[in-house]
Amino acid sequence: MSDTLRRTPLHALHLELGAKMVPFAGYDMPVQYPLGVMKEHLHTRADAGLFDVSHMGQVIVRAHDGYDAAARALEALVPVDLLGLGAGRQRYGIFTNEAGGILDDLMIAHRDDHLFVVVNAACKEADIAHMRAGLTGCEVEEIADRALLALQGPRAEAVLIGLLPDVAGMRFMDVAVLDSDHGELWVSRSGYTGEDGFEISVANDNAEAFARALLAHDEVEPIGLGARDSLRLEAGLCLYGHDIDSTTTPVEAALSWAIQKVRRNGGARSGGFPGAEVVLEQLENGASRRRVGLRPEARAPMREGTELYDQAEGGVSVGRVTSGAFGPTIGAPMSMGYVPSEMAETGTMLYGEVRGKRMPVKVAKMPFTPANFKR
Amino acid sequence: MKFTEEHEWLRADGDVVVVGITEHASEQLGDVVFVELPEVGTQVTKGDDTVVIESVKAASDILAPVDGEIIEINETLADDPGKVNSDPMGDAWFFKIKTSDPSQMEDYMDEDAYKDFIG
Repeated sequence: MSDTLRRTPLHALHLELGAKMVPFAGYDMPVQYPLGVMKEHLHTRADAGLFDVSHMGQVIVRAHDGYDAAARALEALVPVDLLGLGAGRQRYGIFTNEAGGILDDLMIAHRDDHLFVVVNAACKEADIAHMRAGLTGCEVEEIADRALLALQGPRAEAVLIGLLPDVAGMRFMDVAVLDSDHGELWVSRSGYTGEDGFEISVANDNAEAFARALLAHDEVEPIGLGARDSLRLEAGLCLYGHDIDSTTTPVEAALSWAIQKVRRNGGARSGGFPGAEVVLEQLENGASRRRVGLRPEARAPMREGTELYDQAEGGVSVGRVTSGAFGPTIGAPMSMGYVPSEMAETGTMLYGEVRGKRMPVKVAKMPFTPANFKR
Repeated sequence: MKFTEEHEWLRADGDVVVVGITEHASEQLGDVVFVELPEVGTQVTKGDDTVVIESVKAASDILAPVDGEIIEINETLADDPGKVNSDPMGDAWFFKIKTSDPSQMEDYMDEDAYKDFIG
């Protein structure tokens, strides 16, 4: 089994650091280091954490006629304003299907004369095929010779400035291509933790030395997939394949904010993406269910698959938890899941069935921890 | 002290057995975030799910090692489940059971056998 798993350029470093490795999206990845999930999580919120996210797909989309042509082409696959995306800026996006469901979520950056896209590991082959089929006149190039690292947390900037002084001038969702002792680095000020931080694409051959240079700082600890999951859940961020998938629309998923006005009804480039009729109609009139944050009243976590009820006894399930865990920073369990829209109001009392018992859980605002971005 | 294949430790004092999980089990579980204990007075049969432990990774059950009645529970674990990681063999015992069949303790491993068992 393990010999069929792919390895990132940092694989040997993970083993050296004592990581516990698990299969994830076809890769052998670190789920935790000796520090453990809880302390890795808290360390990231207090100082800085280094994540290997090289399993994610990095893709360049280029058109002969420059950025606007590439942006216009990609707008046919995502309900996002890309023509209006400034150079050196990045934006969250969604690939939709004909039913308005979500094929994947992704980050899209406007870099000079082309787009740089980062997609989920488990979806990357499908996403690349989808782009090659759907982006006429564009070249879709998978970047296989670069690793991707994330440095996240309140001390991330201070650490990275030592290696890359120019990052001081970047704000949340800025992207830049910077020269360094570790070769050309593709930097974005973004992440998946709710903290300030950076994602940095580095040539495979330079990845380990770069990671070691970051880890040489006392403030930086390596962080595994376990803490990555609890950090993103506290930050209210979706995990594809769990909180969003091909059966959930962006409106149901509470991702309407990702659809700019210009792509909505009445906008200059309204619609024109797969499933637009469904999504635009739901934007006008609402959807019948909605993704919400959930805070169990007791200490028992309500994990993925927990059925939700609107009464303490009897009745039928009204929804289901899609992600659930204990939040180390909030010191309490937290979940997200789908409920009927009329039960999506913050404070609504529901019941989650845990080991055969109905336990009270309240609809809660997300993020569960305040975001700490440098706007 | 005796050990089960489910990585519980059992300390018998007459017909009362104190139950916890081993260092090895606590390491495998990862950080424990929630412990659900039985009620005092519950009658259990050997093999019954008696305690639920939730770690950052998943939920797992602690089984009753013998037939009997739960006579005491470690309520401090409700507020400080992390004790299961910091002191699994000491402070973080789960419950005491008064057994109606002390001979069932003979089914379990001694320390050397348990060490062999976990390799």
